[in-house]
Amino acid sequence: MKTEMICAGFGGQGVLTIGRFIAQAGMREGKHVSWLPSYGPEMRGGTANVSAVVSDQPIASPIVSTPDILVALNQPSIDKFGPQIRPGGVLVYDTGMCPKGCNRTDIQIISAPLTELAQEIGSNRVVNMIAIGMVIGRTNVIKYESMEEDLTSFLKDRDPDLLEKNLIAIKKGMELGKP
Amino acid sequence: MEVIATRPESLREVSFTYCPGCMHGVAHRLIAEAIDEHGLINKMAGVAPVGCSVFAYKFFNFDMAEAAHGRAPAVATGIKRARPDMHVFTYQGDGDLAAIGTAEIVHAANRGEHLSVFFVNNAIYGMTGGQMAPTTLPDMKTTTSPYGRKVDDVGYPIRVCELLDTLVAPYYIERVSLLSGPDIIKAKKAVSKAIQYNKEGRGFTFIEFVSTCPTNWGMKPLESMEWARENMLPYFKPGVFRDKGAQA
Amino acid sequence: MSKVLMKGNEAVAKAAINAGCRLYFAYPITPQSELIEYMAKMMPTVGGTFLQAESEVSAINMVYGAAGAGKRVMTTSSSPGISLKAEGMSYIAGAELPCVIINVQRGGPGLGDIQPSQGDYFQATKGGGHGDYHLIVLAPSSVQEFADMASEAFDLADKYRNPVMILADGMLGQMMEPVEFKPAVTEKEMEEMGHQHESWCIHPNQDGDLKHHHEINSLEIDPVVLEKHVNHLYEKYDKIAANETRHELYNINDDNEMVVVAFGTASRIVRSAVDELNAEGKNIGLFRPITVWPYPYEALAKCIGPKVKQVYVFELNTGQMVEDVKIAVNGKVPVHFWGRVGGMVFTPEQIKEKLQACY
Repeated sequence: MKTEMICAGFGGQGVLTIGRFIAQAGMREGKHVSWLPSYGPEMRGGTANVSAVVSDQPIASPIVSTPDILVALNQPSIDKFGPQIRPGGVLVYDTGMCPKGCNRTDIQIISAPLTELAQEIGSNRVVNMIAIGMVIGRTNVIKYESMEEDLTSFLKDRDPDLLEKNLIAIKKGMELGKP
Repeated sequence: MEVIATRPESLREVSFTYCPGCMHGVAHRLIAEAIDEHGLINKMAGVAPVGCSVFAYKFFNFDMAEAAHGRAPAVATGIKRARPDMHVFTYQGDGDLAAIGTAEIVHAANRGEHLSVFFVNNAIYGMTGGQMAPTTLPDMKTTTSPYGRKVDDVGYPIRVCELLDTLVAPYYIERVSLLSGPDIIKAKKAVSKAIQYNKEGRGFTFIEFVSTCPTNWGMKPLESMEWARENMLPYFKPGVFRDKGAQA
Repeated sequence: MSKVLMKGNEAVAKAAINAGCRLYFAYPITPQSELIEYMAKMMPTVGGTFLQAESEVSAINMVYGAAGAGKRVMTTSSSPGISLKAEGMSYIAGAELPCVIINVQRGGPGLGDIQPSQGDYFQATKGGGHGDYHLIVLAPSSVQEFADMASEAFDLADKYRNPVMILADGMLGQMMEPVEFKPAVTEKEMEEMGHQHESWCIHPNQDGDLKHHHEINSLEIDPVVLEKHVNHLYEKYDKIAANETRHELYNINDDNEMVVVAFGTASRIVRSAVDELNAEGKNIGLFRPITVWPYPYEALAKCIGPKVKQVYVFELNTGQMVEDVKIAVNGKVPVHFWGRVGGMVFTPEQIKEKLQACY
């Protein structure tokens, strides 16, 4: 079982972090993982994307050209990577940032106003976590428990409030992602 | 019979390869005597340059490295950082230090690297056959300035002591001359002070020797000294530019 | 020890420190910035030296000095910076100094771009600097292997008194994969390591007696002596070629109808394509050189079985490895090449198409 994923958006939106958390959680589950960012001279505001692979077998190519999952945090990301999603694959996107959405009918599309939902939870910083929750809700690439363990070890002492909001955000995402 | 002068222990029993009348031998001897006097021979390492003194690594009686052209301060930095218990110096000419190695010397000085740098300025490239150096005087003829150094075209000679004196870190900077007996005695004192500061771990020390090149200047040795006193010393004025030890 | 998810640039830096590297001199350049930043952060915590040099030229000459003083020392850069280090690498090889140089390659020539490339293969394996010399060149294909090569590179450098280059690329530097680190060298091992080069290196006399005059030097003005020295280097290189050539075989068997050759990260992408085609019933073997100097000619020659009709080489350059492959194949079967350049990276689909077209 191998899941290939692309996360894309503007630089600074945290798309690299989404990929990283998924790779980290996959590793925690004993799977093979790889995380390959696009990198460029612009530190903020440019386009950023990351390929993440989670697999039972050793990973050959870390480059993903036909993703099973695309998480898009802006419209250009859907325009660029949407056509490459494997038929039957999953697209997760933020309706607030992607006004045109995606017109493919052979894939599963899950969308929500992520920024608004994040504000309801109480922090703009949890947009990523809602998106990860949506992925977990729809696919079995990683388990919620692995995310919870990772976030807890990372944030428990540093920022318990953010930890709680992150977990709420993931659960919210999982509800939205339920088939 | 009483022996009143002998080879310093810090010089090996190897013949110098310098031209008759060349002052490199004198400069080597001053450095070797100072190292002997400060009892550093067993903890000393030197870095030789590219230029007439390229074989200096054969002459000193302790571990030596031969650097690429201009890179001696970087090589010395590597040695000193790897062996902080050793005392390290570089020996460089004007082409090596003030042309191709400008970045290395400026940044080693700027870091206050714990090195002694001995800089021999004779206003010409010797080994390659008398080409123009960064310290060649205005209108001075060399094989690559056959009509004289035209300052409008290639700029003025670089005064390295003055340049390094703009930096905060260096501990001791002095220009001395090797152009007469009394000058050499004064030069010895400066070299000894640099080695002493090096021994005490004070920081970056820099001695410039104003010297000659009878061969490439086309002069007899004594004539070249006279010429240098008249022409070089007014431009490259001897003196102490920085001595944090004396201020303290 | 458990696995950690780390970027290649950081993993190799950590592994170098674990291997006893306590001196690091470098200059910032993308895409290896995480490496120099990791060293800046971690070297002081282990009592090591981190120094950001004023240039790549200075950095490699600081390495020359520290290696001449017999200590484990490393510098790292990316393609344009490696060109600047070429002078120093030639001197280091000439003076027979052990050190490790990492090249996180990017697109060239000139300033090029900052995307992954394998365009420095010739520079790494055939020269780079002037004169007759060789670096030992290791080409990792995963973050784990990149990290493992740090200690291997230092061991080889010390064993043969020769500079060792790890030839990585921007993709490997930037990507994260799980890594398991070898245990750090112990104090005792560090102590022993610190004395291993004392027969020739710059070091103080311990007991105050004049004992040695060691010369760290690549100058031999007498051609008779220089010829002897270069011959000595090449005897050493022959020994290295005989003992240290490394490669990986993937699905190599007597029934292979095609053999594919690729190194570094490119081999990962190629492996995906090979897997898919073999699942469809084809029989393609993949040969991956791990040392690109010395090149595993004999091992590759053995892979050209009776049914192999052709060999296909894929690289992220214009085919710089092809001549080495041709030496190994020795005219037995045709050797094809396809690659991407300028920092463009091929996909498994593209490789698959190329292989299908001529299978």
